[in-house]
Amino acid sequence: MSNQAILNQFAPEQHNILEVLHAIQDNHPQNYLTKDALEETARYLGMTKSTVYGVAGYYTMFSLKPRGKHVIRVCVSPVCEIMKVNDVLLHLEKELGVGQGETTPCGLFTLEVSECLGQCQEAPSMMINEQVYNKLNAEKISEILNTYRAE
Amino acid sequence: MIQETRVILKNAGQNNPESIEDYMAAGGYEALRKALSIKPAGIIDELLEAGLRGRGGAGFSTGMKQQFTSKGCQDCPQRYVVVNADEGEPGTFKDRVIMEEDPHLYLEGTIIAAYAIQATKGYIYIRGEYTDSIYKTQKAINDAYEKGFLGESIMGSEFDFDVEIKPGAGSYLCGEELTMLESLEGKRGNPRIKPPFPAEKGLFGMPTLVNNVETLANIPVIISRGKDWYRQYGTERSPGTKIFSISGQVNKPGNYEVELGVTLRQLIDDLAGGMKDGKTFKAALLGGAAGTFVDAGMLDEKMTYDNLREKDATLGSGAVIVLAEGDSVYDILQNCLRFFRHESCGKCVPCRVGTSLLVRKGVELRNGNPGKMLMLQEMEKEAELMAQTSLCPLGQSPILPLKSAIRYFAKEL
Repeated sequence: MSNQAILNQFAPEQHNILEVLHAIQDNHPQNYLTKDALEETARYLGMTKSTVYGVAGYYTMFSLKPRGKHVIRVCVSPVCEIMKVNDVLLHLEKELGVGQGETTPCGLFTLEVSECLGQCQEAPSMMINEQVYNKLNAEKISEILNTYRAE
Repeated sequence: MIQETRVILKNAGQNNPESIEDYMAAGGYEALRKALSIKPAGIIDELLEAGLRGRGGAGFSTGMKQQFTSKGCQDCPQRYVVVNADEGEPGTFKDRVIMEEDPHLYLEGTIIAAYAIQATKGYIYIRGEYTDSIYKTQKAINDAYEKGFLGESIMGSEFDFDVEIKPGAGSYLCGEELTMLESLEGKRGNPRIKPPFPAEKGLFGMPTLVNNVETLANIPVIISRGKDWYRQYGTERSPGTKIFSISGQVNKPGNYEVELGVTLRQLIDDLAGGMKDGKTFKAALLGGAAGTFVDAGMLDEKMTYDNLREKDATLGSGAVIVLAEGDSVYDILQNCLRFFRHESCGKCVPCRVGTSLLVRKGVELRNGNPGKMLMLQEMEKEAELMAQTSLCPLGQSPILPLKSAIRYFAKEL
């Protein structure tokens, strides 16, 4: 779907900007907001380009650079830290061969860390795209990654 | 041995959250029917007398907030209700469970609150990461429209109310009520200067009531069963129940709803299955990152807003993060300080500079620096300054975990 077609689903009012940016980003195969997308959004919502850029840059769920097809967000809250999320992160970095904020060369995964995901009863936790995974350990992580690789 | 008192979570896990019929069969939307037969001011009086206090963290009187909003700016053409569903306080996951397991409950509370202040439009601001909460709430809204509990002439009355979801996009600060209004208007999440308070000048400049999900979930039962019934739970100044999110080193982490006034020991031993694998309790972080550490000496204190405040501790959102012997208070404190650094919006200097400074000094504590006690004093002084001069609660918060960690665990920092 074109960005313009997405924009047309919303009233051209500034208060819709977060929903607009979510929709445009979700529609991009590389999960990010391009410069063109920000400019089209500014035009459509009647905002300055700098204001739109300011909003897009502020919220951590938006990315201004290309990401992988699947975005992994590992919770690094105090609870997950107590429940050994650092081991989870190390395992992910090893298995994916990338560090935090980086994308695998094949373009399949981006590894990010996140503030509390609110899954503390089953920590440590992560999200891949919109799916939550809890009670993580090395074995479980490998299994989860394989299901995405097999798609 | 105490047990849970499930008033708010009575349907959770029992009913199909996607079925409005299930909710109605359990008495759902009867409180709304009753509310619409009472004058709006009568609703506010009932909440005032029930003594309900905001469950988001600050513990302010819900009835007073509604009263202020209903009387704010009489010339304004519009009034709004905003549901604060931006649950982001680390260690807090109670609102998520209400939204995922009984979304109609807080939706009904929202409609009653709107009626009480005569708002005709509402927004539910749910954090973007809570995809299931967004899905379940949207389903609840759709079904409520179909049954005539939302929209025009609700249940045949003269009251109209529309509500829609606004998803957040990853900002802890947007859970602060004034910042949330900025975000709802489509701006960066920078806090506003107050006054004016939202009750006078809130969303789009109109009087606005901002209430937390759990707070709103308390309203239907207060209306349907009355203040006296409600007050049988809890204490005189902290009536009702509270959902505690217990996590960390316990055998059964989870959400537990209890009367306000139980002790930390009861929460851990009686409800959360005791310490994980028989470990020894070391500390708890109460109220999340913007909360306070306590040690074993606080295990038998009553968990109420006022008693904890007297002991320089916090109830906050109801997060109880349990640490065992072997866990590092230093690591968790640094985690909190990094969190504030990341979430500071950068608008005001004390917070922007101070949150970075605290992390850096925290790192230096472990760099073999001989003047540790001096460094801790400096950190505390910095955090104090931030608390006095920052615009919003974010910059005012690092002092809480820092000061309490120093008070109980200075030796190991």
